[in-house]
Parts: sequence; C-alpha cells; structure tokens
Amino acid sequence: MGTLGSKIQQVLNEPGCATNQAKPSFDRKKGCNRVLAPGAAAGGCAFDGAKIALQPITDVVHLIHGPINCEGHSWDGRGAKSSGSTLYRTSFTTAMTEQDIVFGGEKHLYRAIKEAVRKYNPPAVFVYQTCVPAMIGDDLEAVCKAAARKLGKPVIPVNVPGFVGSKNLGNKLAGEALLDYVIGTEEPEDMTPYDINIIGEYNLSGELWQVKPLLDELGIRILACISGDAKYHEVARSHRARAAMMVCSKAMINVARKMEERYGIPYFEGSFYGIGDMSDSLRKIAQLLVDRGAPAELLGRTEAVIEREEARAWERIAPFKTRLAGKRALLFTGGVKSWSVVAAMQEAGLTVIGTSVKKSTPDDKERIKEIMKDDAHMFDDLKPREMYKMLKEARADIMLSGGRTQFVALKAKMPWLDINQERHHAYAGYEGMVALVGEIDKALSNPIWEQIRKPAPWDVAITQEERSIHVA
Amino acid sequence: MARVTISEKFCTVNPLKMSPAIGAALAFMGVDNSMPLLHGSQGCTSFGLVLFVRHFREAIPMQTTAMSEVATVLGGFDNLEQALVNIADRTHPTLIGICTTGISEIKGDDLAGFLKLIRANNPKLNGIALVDVSTPDFQGTFQDGWAAAVTRLVEELVEAPQFETRVSRRINVLPGCHITPGDIDELRDIFEAFSLDPVFLPDLSGSLDGHIPTEFTPTSLGGISVEQIKRMGSACWTVAIGEQMRGAAITLEHHSGIPYKLFDRLTGLAANDELMRFLSEISGIPVPKKYRRQRSQLIDAMMDGHFYFGGKRIAIAAEPDLLFTMSQWLREMGCTIQAAVTTTESPVLERVPVDEVLIGDLEDLEIRSVGADLLVTHSHGRQAAERLHIPLLRIGIPNFDRLGAGQMVTVGYRGTRDLIFQVGNTLIANAHEPTPESWIPEHKLPGDLVSLQSLQ
Repeated sequence: MGTLGSKIQQVLNEPGCATNQAKPSFDRKKGCNRVLAPGAAAGGCAFDGAKIALQPITDVVHLIHGPINCEGHSWDGRGAKSSGSTLYRTSFTTAMTEQDIVFGGEKHLYRAIKEAVRKYNPPAVFVYQTCVPAMIGDDLEAVCKAAARKLGKPVIPVNVPGFVGSKNLGNKLAGEALLDYVIGTEEPEDMTPYDINIIGEYNLSGELWQVKPLLDELGIRILACISGDAKYHEVARSHRARAAMMVCSKAMINVARKMEERYGIPYFEGSFYGIGDMSDSLRKIAQLLVDRGAPAELLGRTEAVIEREEARAWERIAPFKTRLAGKRALLFTGGVKSWSVVAAMQEAGLTVIGTSVKKSTPDDKERIKEIMKDDAHMFDDLKPREMYKMLKEARADIMLSGGRTQFVALKAKMPWLDINQERHHAYAGYEGMVALVGEIDKALSNPIWEQIRKPAPWDVAITQEERSIHVA
Repeated sequence: MARVTISEKFCTVNPLKMSPAIGAALAFMGVDNSMPLLHGSQGCTSFGLVLFVRHFREAIPMQTTAMSEVATVLGGFDNLEQALVNIADRTHPTLIGICTTGISEIKGDDLAGFLKLIRANNPKLNGIALVDVSTPDFQGTFQDGWAAAVTRLVEELVEAPQFETRVSRRINVLPGCHITPGDIDELRDIFEAFSLDPVFLPDLSGSLDGHIPTEFTPTSLGGISVEQIKRMGSACWTVAIGEQMRGAAITLEHHSGIPYKLFDRLTGLAANDELMRFLSEISGIPVPKKYRRQRSQLIDAMMDGHFYFGGKRIAIAAEPDLLFTMSQWLREMGCTIQAAVTTTESPVLERVPVDEVLIGDLEDLEIRSVGADLLVTHSHGRQAAERLHIPLLRIGIPNFDRLGAGQMVTVGYRGTRDLIFQVGNTLIANAHEPTPESWIPEHKLPGDLVSLQSLQ
C-alpha cells in the first residue's frame, strides 16, 4: 500500500487545481478528500469513481477483483455509449469467496485474467482493486505484471480500494493508471496539426456525438477522448495530440496537467454545456491548435461555424421562450457544471431561483453570482427535507437534479428533470441545449401535474347544491 | 431430479447474484420508520442504494458507516457509534438494521459487543431498536441476506409469548425476497377474505409500493411496525413463502411455539389450491366465492394460453426460490426448461424440472440459451436477449428498464392468470411468420437463407 499511499498524496495535492492551490500549504496536502460522516454520507467510493472514469473505454475487459458487493450491483449501469465494441458493457469480476479470503486471491485473479483474455481477446485488461483484496494483501500490481508478461497483452492495475476515499479521488487514481500504464505506449499511424484530446468526457447518452460533427466539419480530429467512446489504442496513442480540452469537471485534471508536462500538450478547461460555453470551447480548441502550428485560417472557419450554429440554436429555442418565461427552476448539479447550465436556462427564459454550489470552487461561485444576480440562492448543502419543503410550497416550478433527489421532487408532485449521469437525454453542444429546453418544456407542460394536484374527492367539502340533491 | 453443478470458471462474467448485505438491507426496509446501515465503505451502500432506486423508482433509505482505510484497520467501533448517533439525530428512526460487509467481517468487528457498549454510552439510542446481521459479501447471496435479516428481527424483537393472550385469527407471514410489494397486497386480501389478520415480516407493501406520503420521510415510508413484530409471538400460525424463509419460521416456532406452514411457491393452480385449502382449514371458513370464481378464470386462462406455451423452450436464471417458482409454473403450462442457472445452493434446486441446475452467471445462461424461445431473468439479461434475438421476461431484482417492478403480481389465482397473459403475449408477439422457405430442409437452401433461417 506504500505506493498507493504516495499516489493518493500526489493526486490530492494537485498543482493544476485552482481550488487546492488557494489553500494554505498545510490544507493543500489534504486536497479535496473530505472526511466522511458515518451515518450521514452520500455518494460513491474511490472504486466507483475509477470505474466511472475508465469504463467508457469500450473495447477492453474491465475486471473487478473483489467480492460481489463491488460489481454485482452496478454493472452496465451507466449510459456511456459506444460507436463500436460493446465489450465494456460485459461485466467481469472475480466474485471472491471465503476461500479467497483464507488463501489469498492472487491466483484466482491471475486465472480470471487469463480466462477473460482467452474468451474475449481484448486489446487490454483493466483490473480494479477493491477493499477486501487490499485488506488481505493481494498484490495487484504484481499479478497484473505477471499476467501481462505471460499473456502478451497490457494488463493495467487500477489500484482503487473503495475505502481510500471518495468518487472524485477514484477519478484521479484512474487517471494515474492511464498515465502510468497506457498513455504514450503506442504510436499513432498518422498525425495531423488538427489532432486533439478531449479529457473527462464520458459520452453519456451519446453527448460526444452532439459535438463531434462540428469538429469533423472543421477538420479537427479527436485523437482520443478520455474516455468516452474510446478504444484502447486511441488512449495509448493520445500523447501525440496537439492540444487538449479538459471537460468541465476537475475529475481528470491530473491527466490534462501531466500530459502537458510530459508531452507538451497545452490544455484548457471548457464545457460543452450551454450555447456560449460551447462556442468558447470551439474557439479555444481552434486557438490552441493554431498556436501549435495549424493554419490560422482555422480560426475564421471556426467563427463561421459558431455564428451559424448559434443562430440556428437561438432560432430553435425562441419558440420556447414565451412558454417558459417566468418559470422558476431549482438546479442541483455536481460542481462546476452549475454556471454553464444556469446560463443556458436563462437563455430559454427561465428564472433560476437556486443552485447547489457544494462542489463548486470560489471562482465558480463568483461566476454563478454574476450570472444569477441577487435573485437566487446558492446552497452549500440543502437537506432533502428542506428541498422537499421548498418544492411542496411551490417556491419553484421545476427541479433539475440527479437521480438521488428525483423522488424528493416527485413526491412533492413537482416536475423534475434528470441532468445527472444516469440521464437518458443528451444535453451537450448546441443540439443538446435545444434538447434540454425542449425537455424542460415537456416536463412543465405535461397535463399530469394539473390532474394529480387536485384533491381527492373525499378531501373536498361537498357543495350546497350537492347537499340538497343528496337530501332530496 | 435435477443435478446441481457449480460453474468452474475463475472469472464471473455478467453476474447474476447480488450481495447478502443489500438483501438484508431490503428486508429492513419492510419495517416502518427504519434505516438500514451497511457497516463498510461508502461504496457498499451507494451501489446498493442506486440499484434499489432504479428498481423500485422510490427514494431508498440506506446509510453507511463510511469506513476509511484507517478505520478498517483499527476497527469500526467509532464509525459505528458515530453512524448510529448521526442517524438517530437526523432521521429519528424506530429501527436501525446493521448489515456487515466484507471488510468489517474480515477485520472481525464484534457487533454484538459494540452495540452493547454504544448503547451504554448513548442514552439517546434508547427507544431505537438496533438489530445487527452478519452478511459478509464473500459468502452467500441476496436471498441469504434477506432471510438472515428476518431471522435476526425475530430473534431480537419478538417478545416471549403468553399462551393465554394468543390471538386466534392472527397469522404471521414471512415472505421471501422474491415476493413483491404487489404480491403482499394480493396475499393480504386473500388472508383477510378468510377473516384472518395477517402481519407480514418484512412488509414492503407499506414502504416500497410507490405511494405518496403526506410529508417528507428520510426513513422507510411504512411496513410492519416494531410493535407489531414484538407481538408476533402471540399469533396462531406462521406462513412462510419460499424455502429461504424456513429458517426464520423455525426460529419463530422455537421461540414462541407457533406452528408454521411453508409454501415453496404461490404461483400456479396446484400451489394456490393448497393455499386455499390451508386457509379454509385453519380459519374454518369455506373458500369465498371470489376465489372460486378466480380459480375458474385461471383454468380458462390456462386453456386459452396453453397453445402458446406448449413445447416452448425457456432459459431461466434467478435465485433458487424464484427459479423454482417460475420453472415449475412454466413446466405446468407445457414449456420445457432448456437451461436453469442460479446463485447458491438450496434444497428446492433438485426439484427444478430440468436435468441440470447450474450455480453460475449470465454468461453461463447465455451460452445455454441458444435456440430458446424465452429468456427469464432480471434486467441484466437484456444484453444476452439482444444478442440471441430472444424476448426477455424480467423477473426479480433488479428490473431497471421497465415500469412497475414493485407491483408485478404473480401469486394467487389472479396473479397466475395475469402472468399467463403477460408471458403468453410475449410469446405471441415473437411468433415467427411462415415464409415460402419455412418448410424447405436446411441442406436444400442457398447459403444466405440458411443464416436467415437460423436467426429465426
């Protein structure tokens, strides 16, 4: 665990993270690994976070070394889409039993890797360490090394026992595994001045495909998306990109920063959510590529596409504006996505009356304040009970949040829209914002709300007229 | 008699089974105002919670002791104490059900001892029932965890009976984890029609039936109350549903001297005839007209439906009691069980109407399902069904890609009748239209048509 311990220290003290750098040096080392309150905690573990970050790599075997609790409840649960292989949706686990606990699970793991490779012949195997084998001392790195040598295939150890920390830490440790074992291990067949990496985008509901056609049109090639709709070889060759975009969340900031450090790939932090953000991102991608030697005419072409697409999106959103004007929305998303979605909703005529800033940085908070003026509340931690009360008292017309709070809204008979990872609709780029506004409108205008809010007949006092009929 | 074999693979591919810890947690959710607590790392809870949210489409009360690496090594006393105090402060439950996980079991945390100390330290826990159950995730499955939690609830909460106070029409019902909230509602109606007064342990029909509470509740929304559990010792009979509940029924019998009757399934004509006979006998009330009529409707549905079931080859994967229930019933409708895969050992397995029952995973099922007419398993069978071009009947937990999982009723005459319609319609919808080539022997077909035919 020595190496894992130092790895954790390293990713927690992330120099690329503005939030962390703003802290006093003592706190900086603690990073963002909050101490969890037993009995009052929510959210996944480090293993969960690592799987979220890597499982979108579509053509490899993701093998979970642990008892059934770790993989049995969560496999094939996320909507990361693939344009090719479906192997990533097949679940592989050692499903450790008591025997493994007593005798150690290393042989079992080795044989499982071998079996998976024999049956499915993937370009690589990612092996995830969980709490139980970490406790009994199974040496993940050693088993993976031996397996890689004997099987002649990359076998990547992802050392993320759940109890080392939060989902966010798991994202980062997953990134470290890519940096240590995958990125830079292969060379691309050809290179162009238009090659980029997109880091931290998982292609949930196919969102990458809402953006890709525009990049294609501009002649910009996604050398690797880490990790949405990615193939193993693409990630292995991603070190030859000319520039990178780190998508909104800070989940994989270590990957972006270290790739800049090691391979000189400049990156910027951007978002595909919201019309303005989408345009900014396209602009910055073009600029970074031009800075690195791509022909300058790319900038002009990019502006033309932006102008065309913005106009088209506004035109499609315009009909909703009158329908949505004055409607009040509560927004609960993870982290920095908040401001970019707030802007988009305002564009559609909605009033955002409150948003969560639990995972936001001070910068994000400033930005939210700026966008929302003073008519809104920022919540650090709104308890479900208070959330319910707000909705029940109809201080909002709709809530946008993740699945965890879905039923707080629905039980208050309040329209709700899923904007978290499990959502079924894609909301990225210009297309996505039009879709989001359409979905908000669909949710708000559904005729069920009026019906279900009417009292039951037995809760309504009978009218004088009815009484007289009854008596007669 | 079926042979039970165990898959010899090292790598489980597409798991069928789930952990006993979340099976136990679900059982605790059938108690009113309860909060299940998994003693492990926070991922243990979070994965299970999301699974139940997707299945029931309800908010799920479930907490974690949030064990860190250090806490795991040093022992979980502090985390458990903090968790119990936090839950008591924040959610005011009547019951906290504590389920262990792999890490707390390997460390060897002595929960019984911990709880005694924690109680002594924290008077604010007075009045909250604390029930712990051992559910290491490297041993047993969901069904085992559920059964173990019910047994522990009986051991910890049921009060010593006083013979004089035995309530003549009170019946304890112990449903297995394959019995849905909808099934419990149906069974309650049936029992009450015989003027019996059933209490269900656990009772998910009060908590996860999908109703709108009048105000926000962070704990379970309903279910059997702790007071009702305490009084279970004064009932006249215990009815257990599913072999998995035998242990809990026997515990209750030893504890309170209540005889039990075990129904290994309640789907199908014969199984429900036996239920009616039993209820009529113990209640002294003739089978109500309503059920005589429902029986007749079921018989009619069996006749209408048998055309579509006869000779169909079915591949099933489910936990033992659910596997047994579904395969028996499908066999009774004229189907052949082509493959049966399950999660763990059980005495009912050898009575599954098939040559071999395999303890394995959904990859095993997929390999054995080629050429089958219907796949029967939980939602994770969807990929196999797609690859094999076979319709999938979703049963058990999880069912995350269809509506109404909690209200699927398969017990009673009426439940069986409706199941015939549901499955029959699936089979009808997937019937193959004849083509000019349908009756030409394969060796006489041009190559591209052979592959087409084999697809059908």
